[in-house]
Amino acid sequence: MRLRAPLAIIGLLTLTLAAAPAHAERLIVSVSNHRVTVTPNYSGGELVLFGSVEKDAETPANRGNYDLVVTVSGPRADMVTRRKARRFGIWINTDSRQFLEVPGYLALFSNRPFDEIASADVQRRQQLGLNNVLLMQRVGSDYADVVPNDAFRSAFVRLRSEHGLYREATSAVTFLTPTLFRTGIPLPAEVPIGIYNVEIKLFTDGALVTKTETAFEIVKVGFEQFVAITARQNGFAYGLVTAFMALMTGWMASIVFRKD
Amino acid sequence: MRPCACAAANREEATRVQLYLPIADIPVNVFLILAMGAAVGFVSGMFGIGGGFLMTPLLIFVGIAPAVAVASVASHIAASSFSGAISYWRRRAIDPLLAAVLLVGGTAGTALGVWTFTYLRSLGQLDLMIALSYVILLTTVGGLMFWEGLRAMLRARRGGAVTLRKPGSHGWIHGLPLKLRFKRSKIYLSVIPIVVVGLVIGFIGAIMGIGGGFILVPLMIYLLRVPTSTVIGTSMVLTLVTMVIATMLHAMTNHLVDAVLALILMVGGVTGAQFGARAGQKIRGEHLRLLLGLLVLAVGIRFAVELVIRPQDLYSIRESGGVPP
Repeated sequence: MRLRAPLAIIGLLTLTLAAAPAHAERLIVSVSNHRVTVTPNYSGGELVLFGSVEKDAETPANRGNYDLVVTVSGPRADMVTRRKARRFGIWINTDSRQFLEVPGYLALFSNRPFDEIASADVQRRQQLGLNNVLLMQRVGSDYADVVPNDAFRSAFVRLRSEHGLYREATSAVTFLTPTLFRTGIPLPAEVPIGIYNVEIKLFTDGALVTKTETAFEIVKVGFEQFVAITARQNGFAYGLVTAFMALMTGWMASIVFRKD
Repeated sequence: MRPCACAAANREEATRVQLYLPIADIPVNVFLILAMGAAVGFVSGMFGIGGGFLMTPLLIFVGIAPAVAVASVASHIAASSFSGAISYWRRRAIDPLLAAVLLVGGTAGTALGVWTFTYLRSLGQLDLMIALSYVILLTTVGGLMFWEGLRAMLRARRGGAVTLRKPGSHGWIHGLPLKLRFKRSKIYLSVIPIVVVGLVIGFIGAIMGIGGGFILVPLMIYLLRVPTSTVIGTSMVLTLVTMVIATMLHAMTNHLVDAVLALILMVGGVTGAQFGARAGQKIRGEHLRLLLGLLVLAVGIRFAVELVIRPQDLYSIRESGGVPP
């Protein structure tokens, strides 16, 4: 991962400055790299998000106990979760739920447990924590997010977490000074490619003060990625080339190992 | 089935030979796949079979999605059967007319098979059907082969003459209409059973990722009475064409053919087959059949066990279209 922070910071600074409303506090953030290139032998890495809380004249002087929640969400897609059950002595998929437009990668970081940052009500409204993030499901003809302890929802979150694609860490954000903070964004080997949105929310005394957003992109490069894209977008040509490759290999073998 | 969180040093070592499979979407050890290709190639050369029924399960057992395994092995079998078909063609051991009639059924069967494959996948029952088909087919065929081999061996030990049915005897198959004369095979036979055999093999092959040689050859010998001089070469032509069609159709409809995986398998497979063929000539026929039967049976049982024991995780996630990555 190459560091292109200086440029990015300038870009972000102007962006945040221009968009900043008349809030008492302002967040200025940047990620260490806005374009992560994943090569075939990539085995995981980490991005760093850093930023600071800027106070202005209107900020009450005694404000200092800030809390931060960082939400990173990757490209969205529909996914099906299936459950196996025993039928006629064998284990088969019997029940399934479709999750609509759920992020392929989801990480929630904060400087202390969500319960200490805000009330349960605020947590739900601001979607703090994996239990409170909206994961839309299709239940029959209905669209809804169910209770956090729903069997399919928790299995879905658990399986994604096992692959490092969904994560929650309530001590990942560290304040270097009362207003300067940083957090790492771990990216496992299987990260889906696409645009990742990073939302940073600043809380104080259990209430949201301000928030800001940034983004980064993950691109896969190399021969493997070329093959994957061709297979998806140009199935006929891909099949033709694969079949031709098979015939060539077979023909070569019959020449190399010819006995007569 | 993901690799464990191993020590850092181990990981370092592993990444050097690690290759990322673009369609299967998992990193694999190149040498492991190459070795698997060579081992299956060895076995297939030894027994004169395509080896798909071993290759596909092995890939599934190392963690490649069954659907990807089936689609990718199709092209691997195409490669090995092409090199086989070339050498049989040089020896004039292929009956072109018989192959053409078989292909009529084979092409239709393959198309039907890929369509069924796509349909089952949308239902979420493809993996189960692949496993079930393997259990049924492999335990039956393996059991029969094993039994046959055992009986032949006992007969040989007792010194009795091997009593095959007389070649001149006519079954119900020979009463069917639309008869054709197949000159090179020197048989006079209705096209109906031949088309049906092609259809069945094409269908099974597309769903299970096998060439079907180990079912096709016995069917042609015992049912259609094709002489041994042309049976293997002709069956290879059917395997070759159905597998090329299967590769094309799988690539066009399901986008599941992993060309990188297929290429490694091909290279390993065609090399292993050469050594296997030499080894096979040193073993007696009935021993060979007994061994092959055992092997087929073992793979079938492995699948059965997988289905019966409680899975580690009852839940699974699959992407279901939506936003393409």
